[in-house]
Amino acid sequence: MTLAVAPPTPVRRGHDRSYLVIGLVAILATGLVALPVGALVWFALSVEPGIWPHLTRTVLGNYTITTSLLALGVGTGVTLIGVGAAWLVAAHDFPLRRTLEWALMMPLAAPSYIVAFVYTDLLDYAGPVQSTLRDLFGWRNAADYSFPEIRSLPGAIIIITLVLYPYVYLLTRTAFLAQSRAAVEAARMQGLSASAAFWRVAMPMARPAIVVGVALALMETLNEYGTVDFFAVPVFSTGIFHVWINMGSLEGASGLALMLVAAVAILLLAERRARADRRFTDARSTRPAQARAQLHGATAWAATLLCALPVVLGFLLPFGLLVGSSWHRIDALFTGDLASALLNSLELAALAALVVTVLSLWLAYAGRMSGAPLLRLGTRLASMGYAIPGSVLAIGILAPFAAFDNALDAWLFESFGLSSGLLLSGTLIALLFGCTVRFLALGFGATEAGFERVPRSLDDAARLLGSGPLDLVRRVHWPLLRASSLTAALLVFVDTLKELPMTLALRPFNFETLATVTHQYAVDERFAEATPGALAIVLAGVVPVILLSHTIRRASRPRA
Amino acid sequence: MSVFGSITRLATGAALLCGLTAGAAQAAEEVNLYSYRQPHLMQPLIDAFTADTGIAVNMVYANKGLLERLVAEGRNTPADVVITANAGRLADLVEADVLRSVTSPKLEAAVPANFQDPENRWFAITKRSRVLYTSRERVAADRALTYEGLADAEWKGKICARQFTHPYMIDLISSMIASHGEAWTETWLQGVKANLARKPQGNDRAQIKAVAQGECDIAIGNTYYYGIMLSDPEQRPAAEAVRPVFPNQDGRGAHMNITGAGVTKHARHPENGIKLIEYLTSPRAQEIYAAQNFEFPVVAGVSTAPVIAIFGDFKEDPVSLADVAAQRRAAAQMVDRAGLSS
Repeated sequence: MTLAVAPPTPVRRGHDRSYLVIGLVAILATGLVALPVGALVWFALSVEPGIWPHLTRTVLGNYTITTSLLALGVGTGVTLIGVGAAWLVAAHDFPLRRTLEWALMMPLAAPSYIVAFVYTDLLDYAGPVQSTLRDLFGWRNAADYSFPEIRSLPGAIIIITLVLYPYVYLLTRTAFLAQSRAAVEAARMQGLSASAAFWRVAMPMARPAIVVGVALALMETLNEYGTVDFFAVPVFSTGIFHVWINMGSLEGASGLALMLVAAVAILLLAERRARADRRFTDARSTRPAQARAQLHGATAWAATLLCALPVVLGFLLPFGLLVGSSWHRIDALFTGDLASALLNSLELAALAALVVTVLSLWLAYAGRMSGAPLLRLGTRLASMGYAIPGSVLAIGILAPFAAFDNALDAWLFESFGLSSGLLLSGTLIALLFGCTVRFLALGFGATEAGFERVPRSLDDAARLLGSGPLDLVRRVHWPLLRASSLTAALLVFVDTLKELPMTLALRPFNFETLATVTHQYAVDERFAEATPGALAIVLAGVVPVILLSHTIRRASRPRA
Repeated sequence: MSVFGSITRLATGAALLCGLTAGAAQAAEEVNLYSYRQPHLMQPLIDAFTADTGIAVNMVYANKGLLERLVAEGRNTPADVVITANAGRLADLVEADVLRSVTSPKLEAAVPANFQDPENRWFAITKRSRVLYTSRERVAADRALTYEGLADAEWKGKICARQFTHPYMIDLISSMIASHGEAWTETWLQGVKANLARKPQGNDRAQIKAVAQGECDIAIGNTYYYGIMLSDPEQRPAAEAVRPVFPNQDGRGAHMNITGAGVTKHARHPENGIKLIEYLTSPRAQEIYAAQNFEFPVVAGVSTAPVIAIFGDFKEDPVSLADVAAQRRAAAQMVDRAGLSS
């Protein structure tokens, strides 16, 4: 008699199915989000032939050079400020450190176009600084002296750096805080000095976070239009609008936008390849975070000064000037217009933050679990939406949405005699979708940076012990990822509050946000009327930014 | 249900709810407006329209993308009327075939022929001129100026203008091409570029301020900014330091541009749309434009006291704006070739 023994049930059969579902949904979601980029590719391919020779002959070279210089300048600036401040604040103690830790993120709350016009007001010929100088030295008009021109490429680099360094600071600081003491201790035991330990151990280990931060800052720089237009700096984004509006070629504009995306993609790919074989996690990451090095005397105050400078220049000074110039219009802050705009802004920001955070977690998790290259590629493509100027991305969304709406309507009409009209375009859903596409890079970047710090050995251990995918996320990953997810949520919240071009193009009737209300005056350079709205945007953003800092600090504190 | 499940459901529900309610139809009598002009400029007239007719106006303002939105929305567009801030945009709308030909004897009679589309697809609702603001100190009061003369050597280092890629500048260059042809205008543009006092930056008002501050002697700008600056205590000194000069008064007249409106091809409320445009060209609305925005009424016989008091009478270039706008692509490429866009 043979003994029939059923083969042992593989532990993972049921788990394979859920992983498959997760992966499939992720691919679908990625496809949906990459749709606008796809639409732009389609536009770009149908360009009339005459445009490209003209552009290449005339402006393309200069756009490329100026944009590269801008990107280089901003990239260098945000790295220096972001990483430097993060290291000082994470690994040392000095006067006012606790305050500066969260204050360094404040520039996130102010839109760059507002900071740009506040500084222009301050440093322009008719502004207080030059007027005072003229009084002091007896100069009478512009011919008598020379003063650095704020409306220039260097001016743009400085302003944009001051506004965007928090991305790098935020992600790098979280990385430093999460680094275990062990690696640095080991380095010091080998005889490395404190600064050598930083350069050769701490910073390389934080590299994924730094790269994500700088990539986000660069993409934001490339899609930036308000500041560079205001400063008359001829970069790709201004060129995109010139080709679109004046030459009537959306196709050419899409092509230019995609060139930007391609450039960013190449850079990121190169960076990925350069660190493909390295790991940035420490399996013993449950060790307590490093103790801070106490600074003394002049060094301590130097650190305070160095950390305070970006806060003052990037936030306090513009904010103070804003308050000062809108003081006599402070009642405008409380009008019905701004109140309803504020509610709309908050609603949109909250929804966008929710959607992007959930989607980012899903995608990051699916990518990690399945390891499918298609998924990773799709997610990268989808997050490239961030590099595309908002108005152009809006068109990329309008086209497929409206096409879908019209197709559905036509089919319903033929089949049932009903007309559904426009279901998606011109509603909040289109706008929400736009914000999702635009800010997926932010959310995904922050989440992925956090995920990279979770060693895969933990995943394997948990699976060996029998936990399914949801279990794994809930009991192992989420506690470790909470800080990154909250970072993602708050970053998207603040950025959606500031978002302008896409909101303008996609919104439904009678839907104003703080940004749109402010813009109608700012575009005419009516600073006085624009300041109450500008102030409201900054105030609305300050609260989540402070929340952000406290959240990260609490979540990365070692558990007793 | 896990946390994720709950969150996902909540999010989906919230989004659907918002989406459903946001685009829902409103009052019975309404008209939907896509505007390239800022709300604060349109609001007083829209409020007056609603008060007088009882028709509610729903508005979306954007300075880019409305045309593409109209094209994408196609047959199902909710927009009834489009309002633009310059002639070039009107020509774009016509080219994209999103406007309909309107039969309205009122509009035909009220709006001059050169400020209408030949096939009644758009009508001007206000007009303005792009003039030269000269320094009262440094340029003689009786100097007659021309656009053509801006390229003369005597103005070297003395001209301030906003960026040449701005639609208002493109329309001005288009009018030069319409008058003199491409080749001549190309040379002229190079001459103007050589005479610039500084890199083009800022808006029209910034150019006026630059003249007041001694950076240049001539600024190119629209007429209405002058009135607005004079009414603002902070900006008044700068406005008083310059003198608006209408160019080409001995020749073809000053270059005009318009704010225009048209009814969309697939409008759901075309009659209300026509009513809105007729209202905007009514004497009452035209007076509001003149009094509040310092724009010239496009309709004859409207009391224009405040505006005329500032500018006096002047000769307009009678060329059809449709013909001017036809040159906008050539103008844009010319700006590129002249190195004025990068």
